[in-house]
Amino acid sequence: MPTKKLINDPADVIEEMLEGILAAHPNHLKQLPESRRSIVAVDGPRPGKVGLVIGGGSGHEPTFLGFVGKGLADAAAIGNVFASPPPDPILECAKAASGGTGVLFMYGNYAGDVMNFDMAAEMAAMDDIDVRTVLSTDDVAIEDKARRRGVAGNFFIFKAAGAACDKMLSFDDCERIARKANDHTFTMGVALAPCSLPQTLKPNFELGPDEMEVGMGIHGEPGVFRGPMQTADAVTDQLLDRILAEMQPARGDKVAVLVNSLGATPLMELYLINRRVKQRLDDLGIAIHRTWVGNYCTSMEMAGMSITLHHLDGELTEMLEHPCDCAMFRAG
Amino acid sequence: MISLNSADLVALFVAVAEAIEDDKGRLSELDGVIGDGDHGVTMSIGFLAVRKALDGLDAAGEAPTAVFNTAAKSFLGAVGASAGPLYATAFMRAGAAVKDKASIDAAAMADVIAAMAKGVQDRGKAESGEKTMVDAWLPAATAAQAAAGSGSLATVLQAAAVAAAEGAESTRQMVATKGRSANLGERSLGHIDPGAASTALIVATMAKAVESPAE
Repeated sequence: MPTKKLINDPADVIEEMLEGILAAHPNHLKQLPESRRSIVAVDGPRPGKVGLVIGGGSGHEPTFLGFVGKGLADAAAIGNVFASPPPDPILECAKAASGGTGVLFMYGNYAGDVMNFDMAAEMAAMDDIDVRTVLSTDDVAIEDKARRRGVAGNFFIFKAAGAACDKMLSFDDCERIARKANDHTFTMGVALAPCSLPQTLKPNFELGPDEMEVGMGIHGEPGVFRGPMQTADAVTDQLLDRILAEMQPARGDKVAVLVNSLGATPLMELYLINRRVKQRLDDLGIAIHRTWVGNYCTSMEMAGMSITLHHLDGELTEMLEHPCDCAMFRAG
Repeated sequence: MISLNSADLVALFVAVAEAIEDDKGRLSELDGVIGDGDHGVTMSIGFLAVRKALDGLDAAGEAPTAVFNTAAKSFLGAVGASAGPLYATAFMRAGAAVKDKASIDAAAMADVIAAMAKGVQDRGKAESGEKTMVDAWLPAATAAQAAAGSGSLATVLQAAAVAAAEGAESTRQMVATKGRSANLGERSLGHIDPGAASTALIVATMAKAVESPAE
């Protein structure tokens, strides 16, 4: 049975979504007239500021374009559903974001994104734009660090880098802070039910009625293991155990927390999860600096959630607190 | 058919586009098992864009290289993803392999297949045995080169098609170490790589089109 979606022609989903987003957020976002998949902050790029270009496949809203705005990313290149954008819109974003002191490319570590962004970086070099790339690899479901994907932790990683750029720090410092933010961000998720692509209207994986998959990626990539459904507390503990083993926090350390819905899981359940996160962190003597709960990195209508801990030090706290004003996110 | 001129090459792309369109559901399902489930959709969007771009090309006035370059540009611009850079690079290398030629004979076709294989490999940085489309492209290239001496376009593409199909099938026994399915490890065993499957489909369609050219 095909899944239900409120769409028109599946081939027009991205363009129509962008039209709706631009209509809703004209004070934050504009579309480059010659490159409709390049979305640029109205109040972003300026001379001397390191430019920040993010991007990736669609279907994760508000990631990526929701994080375009003053104090965060200058531009986002928009791909098809779950597919990296091609080099052209990325290149146009780089040109739009360039303030003459370099442009950071930041996106999740996926083979397709790496190929397209690298091609765009080579093209930008021909236009004398100095591009450096920082991949996000916050998904601790994967053992091998080099192979880790970028998932909901992009939220903190982009936030830190965007603040560094907005503070007019040097290209070296912006890159260093971006890498540090990535190294200090740890995410793990669980999926309860699949999503479907607008073109196929078929579930992109199968899970039994009483099953969940721990560590599943935000495109339905298989995770670490499948098992029977468990309680909110038990699932939270499993995810946190893995995150904390990676993060190696000491008593008295400080974190920011993101409890993120993959799309279908409601706030009610997210807050149950967050309750348990707080209990566990309290027990360990880890201070929670700030918490966000909601839809920040979705997989269309997938059911499930992810927990991200952002391990703060003085500098990352300063970046997190720096004001930003984006279409779908505001801080400070 | 002894050789392909630009119009024949356009017809070949149209045949491939139709085959992908017919089979996109299966390709997406293969991808759903070990990847993110979009491969058939991506290939369909890419080849529809190629078809549209080639419709606007005056093939009679262009060399085969221009056909390949138009295909590369339109495919990449429409899809991105992994398939975009991989196939775009393959098409551009194919175009370079037949530069200055007015038509593609058996030997040139073997060069085209080899250039496409090399392009995919260079762009994706995958080696044989990593459960990617390289596992279909490399054997296809080897088989095409071996058959080039036959002087028959159909023989070259038939050999490439058989090798690509076997190569795609062989990915079933491989554990993915590249691309998105690499995170699956042992769980990728027993499933055909969708990229290798689409490669086999493309080469098979090329062989079939040369055997019985569209009227």
